Amino acid sequence: MEVFFQQLINGVTLGSIYGLIAIGYTMVFGIIGMVNFSHGDVFMVSTFIALIALMILTTWLGVGSILIALMIVLIVAMVFTSLVSWTIERVAYRPLRGSFRLAPLISAIGMSIVLSNFVQVAQGPRNKAIDPILNNVFVLSAAGGYQVTLSYKQILIVVVTAALLAVFWWVVAKTPLGRAQRACEQDRKMAALLGVDVDRTISITFVMGAALAAVAGTLYLVYYGVVNFSDGFTPGVKAFTAAVLGGIGSLPGAVLGGLLIGLIEVFWSAYFSVEYKDVAAFSILAIVLIFMPQGILGRPDVEKV
Amino acid sequence: MSEAILSVEHLTMRFGGLIAVNDLSFEARRGEITAVIGPNGAGKTTVFNCITGFYKPSQGRITMRHADGRTHLLERLPDFRIAQVAKVARTFQNIRLFSGMTVLENLLVAQHNPLMSASGWSIGGILGLPSYGRAERRAIEKAAYWLDKCGLTDRADDPAGDLSYGPQRALEIARAMCTDPELLCLDEPAAGLNPRESLVLNDLLRFIRKEHGTSLLLIEHDMSVVMEISDHVVVLDYGIKISDGAPAAVREDPKVIAAYLGVDDSEVEKVEAEVGL
Amino acid sequence: MPLDTAPAAPSPVARAMKDALFAAIIAVGVFGPLLAFKTTQDMQNRLIVEPRWDLLAVVVLLVWAGRFLLSLWRSRVQPETTAAIGSHLLWGLVPPTVRVVIRNGLPPAALVALFVYPMMILSLTGGSGALKWIDNFGIQILIYVMLAWGLNIVVGLAGLLDLGYVAFYAVGAYAYALIATKVIPATFPGLGVWAFWICLPIAGILAAFWGVLLGFPVLRLRGDYLAIVTLAFGEIIRLVLINWTAFSNGYEGISTIPRPSFFGVPFNASDSGFAARFGFEFSPVHRTIFLYYVIVCLALLTAWVSNRLRKLPVGRAWEALREDEIACRSLGINTVNTKLTAFAIGAMFGGFAGSFFAARQGFISPESFTFMESAVILAIVVLGGMGSLIGTAIAAVAMIGGTELLRELDWLKAIFGNDFDPAQYRMLIFGLAMVAIMVWKPRGFVSTRMPTAFLKSRRAVSSDHVKEGHG
Repeated sequence: MEVFFQQLINGVTLGSIYGLIAIGYTMVFGIIGMVNFSHGDVFMVSTFIALIALMILTTWLGVGSILIALMIVLIVAMVFTSLVSWTIERVAYRPLRGSFRLAPLISAIGMSIVLSNFVQVAQGPRNKAIDPILNNVFVLSAAGGYQVTLSYKQILIVVVTAALLAVFWWVVAKTPLGRAQRACEQDRKMAALLGVDVDRTISITFVMGAALAAVAGTLYLVYYGVVNFSDGFTPGVKAFTAAVLGGIGSLPGAVLGGLLIGLIEVFWSAYFSVEYKDVAAFSILAIVLIFMPQGILGRPDVEKV
Repeated sequence: MSEAILSVEHLTMRFGGLIAVNDLSFEARRGEITAVIGPNGAGKTTVFNCITGFYKPSQGRITMRHADGRTHLLERLPDFRIAQVAKVARTFQNIRLFSGMTVLENLLVAQHNPLMSASGWSIGGILGLPSYGRAERRAIEKAAYWLDKCGLTDRADDPAGDLSYGPQRALEIARAMCTDPELLCLDEPAAGLNPRESLVLNDLLRFIRKEHGTSLLLIEHDMSVVMEISDHVVVLDYGIKISDGAPAAVREDPKVIAAYLGVDDSEVEKVEAEVGL
Repeated sequence: MPLDTAPAAPSPVARAMKDALFAAIIAVGVFGPLLAFKTTQDMQNRLIVEPRWDLLAVVVLLVWAGRFLLSLWRSRVQPETTAAIGSHLLWGLVPPTVRVVIRNGLPPAALVALFVYPMMILSLTGGSGALKWIDNFGIQILIYVMLAWGLNIVVGLAGLLDLGYVAFYAVGAYAYALIATKVIPATFPGLGVWAFWICLPIAGILAAFWGVLLGFPVLRLRGDYLAIVTLAFGEIIRLVLINWTAFSNGYEGISTIPRPSFFGVPFNASDSGFAARFGFEFSPVHRTIFLYYVIVCLALLTAWVSNRLRKLPVGRAWEALREDEIACRSLGINTVNTKLTAFAIGAMFGGFAGSFFAARQGFISPESFTFMESAVILAIVVLGGMGSLIGTAIAAVAMIGGTELLRELDWLKAIFGNDFDPAQYRMLIFGLAMVAIMVWKPRGFVSTRMPTAFLKSRRAVSSDHVKEGHG
């Protein structure tokens, strides 16, 4: 029972990180109907930016308070990652908008390769590990010799995710920007004719997704303490699975999907086998896309003949 | 009066809470041109999609009766079988040509099934057996025949996407005819055609009916086409049949006039009662 | 020219400076964090950060200069000229008659060159030097060409976005490896010498079977979703190969895979070996040259079958499927069969290639069958121009050959210092090339398609008309 609760906590934490990345996938797919293949690697880039920012703050600038350092790191990561994502959209996707359907996909795959290899070349292929921070835990129960712990890090991750989800949900539902986004999702030409600046709306969508990925990246760095240039692919695919599972195009769906994927991964590892945990994620992806492509919170698409 | 080639009985199509077609029954007779008309949103294309297998009806039966007595229940067949064995062909409201292939290639794709068996499921074709070569030449001749009837012979080697709107519509009809159908369903064949092109279309449809014995079922808004060539008209409004008969009779039917033109406010209740709403 | 009533436009140089400055500032932000600071280990193996301002400065300067020149170019040169140069490069300068000669003569000339290539290399470099050029370049490029031609059937002709093609490559490789190292020695040891030739068709059939198996669940999917699910399948197969060690030996892979024999005559230094039988002095080059010709024949077989099928109803149905599946179904075509046939035949050639790969390497492991391979092969197909055999071949030579050439550029070490390893940049340049070529020519190098039947004249169809395939 204790194991169950611990895995529950771990799963929700992991799931929150996936959820934050998934929002980026779902928003971009919603607005331009494209799977942003490079989003997972944008997440990976953000982990490195966060790493470097943290190192600079703690070793060069000697910032003592971890919390202040983390806040600065978060903002720095969000700003620079958004810049990267904005540039990618302008350079690799915008010229291809409205052209041949496969072209943006290949461009995105190419961009993904560029990002991971760029980091590999610029920072080296080895794992980069930091000293563990924020190590305090609450011990919830110690029955039967197995401690169920809830760490500060885990609380931080879940709280930040919930807060950001609320903020972005509000933005999409209530603000003019959100309305513009939803208009572009439904009918881009019409939105343009009605005066919506489509290019700017799409750029902002990419930036929002990247900012959230940067938050996920910072939290990932804090939680695991180790980053590597190859950390973009698998979390990216899992986050995309989460977006699809929750219902592509739906913001709460992305987070819901993320939580589910996180829980499934953690429970699968604990109760079945660790080696095959990624197989579980990929299998869910295939099963959802084949049998339930609209996901949990999405609406089915009927093709007009 | 000839016998029915297509019997639609109590056809109902529901999309979630919306009833697009409600208990529709009518017949299309062999060798005749039957037109299905009605205001926009009346459910005409939905009926077509049910007949040609792109939707599965919520209720009802659609029977295709062939000249040799065989029947097919269309609501049970998958869409490609309806074209392949039940010999029902169709065109689309938004033209669906293979625009990256030439006009001739479009017509050859239509003859896929006979060519496939002639090529021995490709094995004979790969080995270069002469029987396939003969079959391909025959297919090209049939394509050339239809190109000639539609006035497209000069454009045979042009990409279909290069054609202007009128010839594209004609090509879609030619392509459907290359499948040797017994019933040809045309979804707004005259849409976007100018009056001269509509006359040419009328001639083509009459030719198809006379020389090939193909029965035609068409959805149309263009009354010049409907009144000119149809033998039988069915009128739909809000998914319900409101009239069924010869063109002249349907034209005078007050229910039809009310559906198309609307009625004075003072007469609304009376007309609604008549129509059964 | 600005109208008299409009305010004077800024001079092109001033505009270019503004654009370049903007781009440079963005570049500082984009490249800054990762280039200006380097994370390394210090003496105590702890992580530290070191500044690297010079590298950032160089990159930003390059971006500034590039943007400046681009802006100047755009303001000075008419867009039509740019477009003309862009789509034709030097080809546009070639007179039409010469173009026809080149176009008709290229395939036969290329074939001849292909066949004499090993002899030419031998005479140029002699002996051991030849090994690298024939193997790492010739054979390696040809494997990718064959894979791309095989995937071309699925993606280029039928328009089915398959991102998991590497799975069939793996099926072929592991089929040969396991049968040759486990099954044949246990059942028919005498056939050991023929192992490769026996396993080749088996690998193909097995791969085709998997093609149908993996194609079946994705029949109703379109476009991006089809791509993602096939990617998932490819990854699942790779992960199973890694973890099911009883079957595949996991990361350690399968080794001592028998090499192909010259139709029963092994390539070794013994008296019954190839060299002794045919009166040569033994050299490892013999086997390499033989392997080269085997892959040439396999690749040409792929091209020939693919070309024939294109002219048959099944190939026409593939191309029609790519254009509009619903129209196909309305014409009585059973698109389920059409799709599965495309998957099966494409997979079969992938299986042949995989089996050859295992035979050439002598060792296989799941590391060779990653998603990156599928992406590279797909990139080659799309960059070459969907459905075009020549375009795909050119793309493969350019991309694979080009990146392999990077290993040869040792002279760059003189400029950048001894730590500089060009091979590391292979994939980075590959990715950049993918993005650049897609932005420049979204339809690929060869952007026309030749019709398979004609009434009066066979004329190329521009790919602007061709729909790209929604699954």
